[in-house]
Amino acid sequence: MNNHADVIIVGGGIIGCAAAYYLTKKGCSVLVLEGSKDIGNGGSSRNGGGVRQSGRDPRELPLAMYGIKNLWPTLSEELEVDCEYHQDGNLRLGKTEKHLEILQGLADRARACGLDVRMIDGDEVRAINPYLSDEVIGASWCPTDGHANPLTTTLGYYKMARRLGARFITEEPVIALKKIKGHLRQVITAENVYECDTVILAAGLGSRDIAATVGIDIPMQPAMLEALVTEAQPPMFDQMLGTAEADFYGHQTKHGSFVFGGTSGLEGFTKDNHTPVTSSISAPSTCRGIIKYFPILKDAKIVRTWAGWMDLCADKVPVISPVSEVPGLILACGFSGHGFGIAPAVGTVLSQLALHETTAVDLHELRYDRFRAKA
Amino acid sequence: MNDRSRDIGPFVPAPDDDMIICRCEEVTKGEIRRAVHDGMFTIAEIRRYLRAGMGLCQGQTCSKLVKSIVARELNVSPACLEPATSRAPMRPTEMYILANEEREV
Repeated sequence: MNNHADVIIVGGGIIGCAAAYYLTKKGCSVLVLEGSKDIGNGGSSRNGGGVRQSGRDPRELPLAMYGIKNLWPTLSEELEVDCEYHQDGNLRLGKTEKHLEILQGLADRARACGLDVRMIDGDEVRAINPYLSDEVIGASWCPTDGHANPLTTTLGYYKMARRLGARFITEEPVIALKKIKGHLRQVITAENVYECDTVILAAGLGSRDIAATVGIDIPMQPAMLEALVTEAQPPMFDQMLGTAEADFYGHQTKHGSFVFGGTSGLEGFTKDNHTPVTSSISAPSTCRGIIKYFPILKDAKIVRTWAGWMDLCADKVPVISPVSEVPGLILACGFSGHGFGIAPAVGTVLSQLALHETTAVDLHELRYDRFRAKA
Repeated sequence: MNDRSRDIGPFVPAPDDDMIICRCEEVTKGEIRRAVHDGMFTIAEIRRYLRAGMGLCQGQTCSKLVKSIVARELNVSPACLEPATSRAPMRPTEMYILANEEREV
């Protein structure tokens, strides 16, 4: 078996699969090592499908804007899979004056970055989405936001990268990285040693321990989120939804189900079973949140719930960066629960970083060495 | 380790490819077999890629059939394939009922 590739990607989530696709398209030999049994096993298959610019930190907003302008519109055709991409806007809902203040702050920051987000009142909200209750007194509205299907998008990138010759190995957890003569060369698993010129580390939470084997520490922690899906409903609306209070977020999918995410507020303090499992209090809490905004959905049946971990970075934006101390290492981790929407753009810039090209988006605010102790 | 580039042979069309396997989501045998050749080697990947087993019955009807089709296509025993994760609730449950778990006393 040939254990060499130009680029080895550690992590078979949407970031790793997208990077593998763009790299093989440019003629690179690529090997993707995934620790679990399934491609897209982590956040890639567990997120709410938002393809948002609004509500994002200005440091990662350029990636979101680049992807929505240049990549998402044609992604289904490119990957030969239905990504179910909808660009019908994002409503971030408020029920109190305090909520409207939060939304105004988010909108002002996004407008400063050149994004069209505006505040609208309750009547305007209900003109866009007539199913919302009178409790909603206002919202921020970003007409260029949307949503997509994370499952088909992740597996679409995988399928196309594999078809173009990228090699994927699952159930092959990486234990360590190793430098040879000052340059990162080896990726070590329980039974194998793989060699390459460049490593892209996109293993979610697992990235922290792996980066530590070459002396790099990215400050991130697990944080649990839960989601639920309803049985199919008649088509009602196509916007992506969020709230100022963060009591739920979600959208209606192509097949009619609603996918909503939320938390009970206690996830950070519940027991850790080393696998993300739902707790009995979270879905009810999310349902209470949803019903306040959408009384019409109270009879909709929940068919499934699931949980997932975010790789929550200390400052809640990802690290997408080469590493000076470890030539050959590129980090792509700490996506903090909002990596899906920017994944096509991230895959693109990772392929550019690996080939030493100028990146389509300036990444200096996402460097690995930005973390500082209190002065 | 599971090498996703290993040779499983070409996709060969079969006369029963339009047979519906997942009735909730109307997924055919041919679609499942094709997905395996597109690289979907696990039941979870098949489910996420095609929605087989993601409908109202959550795979309670078709999961064994899907497993045997995937196993045959990969030329492995069905016992080698892990079923997709079963998830709460056991039966579809209305939102207002789930939301009411904190009864006042």
